[in-house]
Amino acid sequence: MSMQASPTICSQVRRDIVRMVHAVSSGHPGGSLGCVELFVKLYFDVMKLDAENFTLDGKEEDLFFLSNGHISPVWYSVLSRRGFFPLKELATFRKLNSRVQGHPATEEGLPGIRVASGSLGQGLSVGLGAAETKKLAGEDTWIYTLHGDGEMQEGQIWEAAMYAAHRKIDNIISFIDCNGQQIDGSTEDVLSLKDLGAKWSAFGWHVIKCDGHSLDDLGSAIDEAKSRRGSGVPCIVLMKTVMGKGVDFMEGTHKWHGIAPNDEQLADALSQLEETLGDY
Amino acid sequence: MTDSSLFITLNPTDSKDTRSGFGAGLLELGTTHPDVVALCADLTGSLKMGDFRDAHPERFFQVGIAEANMMSMAAGMTIGGKIPFTGTFANFSTGRVYDQIRQSIAYSEKNVKICASHAGLTLGEDGATHQILEDIGMMKMLPNMTVICPADYEQTRQATLAIADIEGPVYLRFGRPKLPVFYNESAPFEIGKAQKLMSGDDVTIIATGYMVWEAVKAALTLKDQGINADVINMHTIKPLDAAAIIESATRTGKVVTAEEHQRLGGLGGSVAQVLAENIPTPMRMVAVQDRFGESGTPTQLMEKYGLTADAIVARSLELIAL
Repeated sequence: MSMQASPTICSQVRRDIVRMVHAVSSGHPGGSLGCVELFVKLYFDVMKLDAENFTLDGKEEDLFFLSNGHISPVWYSVLSRRGFFPLKELATFRKLNSRVQGHPATEEGLPGIRVASGSLGQGLSVGLGAAETKKLAGEDTWIYTLHGDGEMQEGQIWEAAMYAAHRKIDNIISFIDCNGQQIDGSTEDVLSLKDLGAKWSAFGWHVIKCDGHSLDDLGSAIDEAKSRRGSGVPCIVLMKTVMGKGVDFMEGTHKWHGIAPNDEQLADALSQLEETLGDY
Repeated sequence: MTDSSLFITLNPTDSKDTRSGFGAGLLELGTTHPDVVALCADLTGSLKMGDFRDAHPERFFQVGIAEANMMSMAAGMTIGGKIPFTGTFANFSTGRVYDQIRQSIAYSEKNVKICASHAGLTLGEDGATHQILEDIGMMKMLPNMTVICPADYEQTRQATLAIADIEGPVYLRFGRPKLPVFYNESAPFEIGKAQKLMSGDDVTIIATGYMVWEAVKAALTLKDQGINADVINMHTIKPLDAAAIIESATRTGKVVTAEEHQRLGGLGGSVAQVLAENIPTPMRMVAVQDRFGESGTPTQLMEKYGLTADAIVARSLELIAL
């Protein structure tokens, strides 16, 4: 592998995100900025994959499913930076006749995407289905899924949680982006998640907590989850993050969940994010 | 259009439920198609999936009363090449999980076979909560979706086998009660190809599912009155065999449709679209008239809601009298 996960890549991905949403005056920068380290860690250090020869079936590869599809900008940036598709396609994000749809989709054939997402709550179930197929095939590969903390309000998540524990699905590692924010306000105000870790424990999952902005901490969490294969217990990583991380005026508020910066705000944001690998 | 008139009997002696045709087909697929897997939401007995489960326990996935999880899981299982067949009642196979089907299966072009039993009024005594009459409409509206509604036990078995061999999402609709088995085992079955069961130039009767046998009975009654009906089994509602509809309507100039479904959004609407755009033709639709069902025996309900051979005869005579 040519590059390893590093703050250098993370900084460039953050530049990509704010430039993508600015260019079309739409999209979801907040959650995207908050999950940069996880995506970079998974795609540059952890996952077994073949970026240049993408197949929908992904046999003998690790698979990633983004359940909270609205944070597509971070995924697109990382997929592209990792070599799944040409960097210049990031400029077509959310535009007509593009493979880089507002929410991840398969219809246009963008390499790296295996199922559409956007309507929340479905990704864990999809991941479990893929995990069952991997088990039937006897693979020692992994399934990764990512979810928003607000997404925990969807009932289907808990259907899937029950299934995974009951069926002892231990080839999946799921992450929750715990930024405490959702569109209408904080999760605490909108519909409190209360003790999320206790909920997952009660549903029969092994709960790991980590700092979602530390590549090392994420690495340790993933190592711990992987070491538990064979336990018959699925693992969930509660990843503490800051929505809008890296751009001071976007940090820690739901206000930047789904709006794009204007020209002035873009300049301000870019001044805080070093161009390390070259803008697209 | 396939001429199937030589492959049906007008004097069937056997009566079986279509869901058992599904169960038999699924069991066959277990042997012939190693990639076929089955998921069920706590209705294994009702869906007749027990034989597959017992023969291939490692390929059977009991998901509990969690249909949303089942549909999205099925989508995920296709990644890597499995061919998932989901099984639950038609109501829980469609309305309850429409968003999961739309996003994870239809839009994502996943090779999932949604197999739905207990469709329509003939579910009977459980009443309107379970008697879905809108499922064909919901499913046919989805891009990429194939919609099939077979006519008897034998055809349901054949359809179950056939959908395993096409790539892409399918909605297979069948039911609870026993009805005459009038198709022979050797009848050809091709997805998207309507079947002509009887020939005539006076009126066209296009039916699907449970109503196909009623259409045959209606045609026999009409024949006694010297009226020859073209009887077409439209087992595939999408993609619709438009050529078959146009060919028959061109000869008869009158079309009656019959289905165990709401009038809005069903087979009749699809046929009307084809006719309106190609050969505007007087029509009557035998279907449920924009209302919910209720408790009762299947026969009582079909009588009360006007889904009978007699109703098809009456609508045919109306058209002939125009």
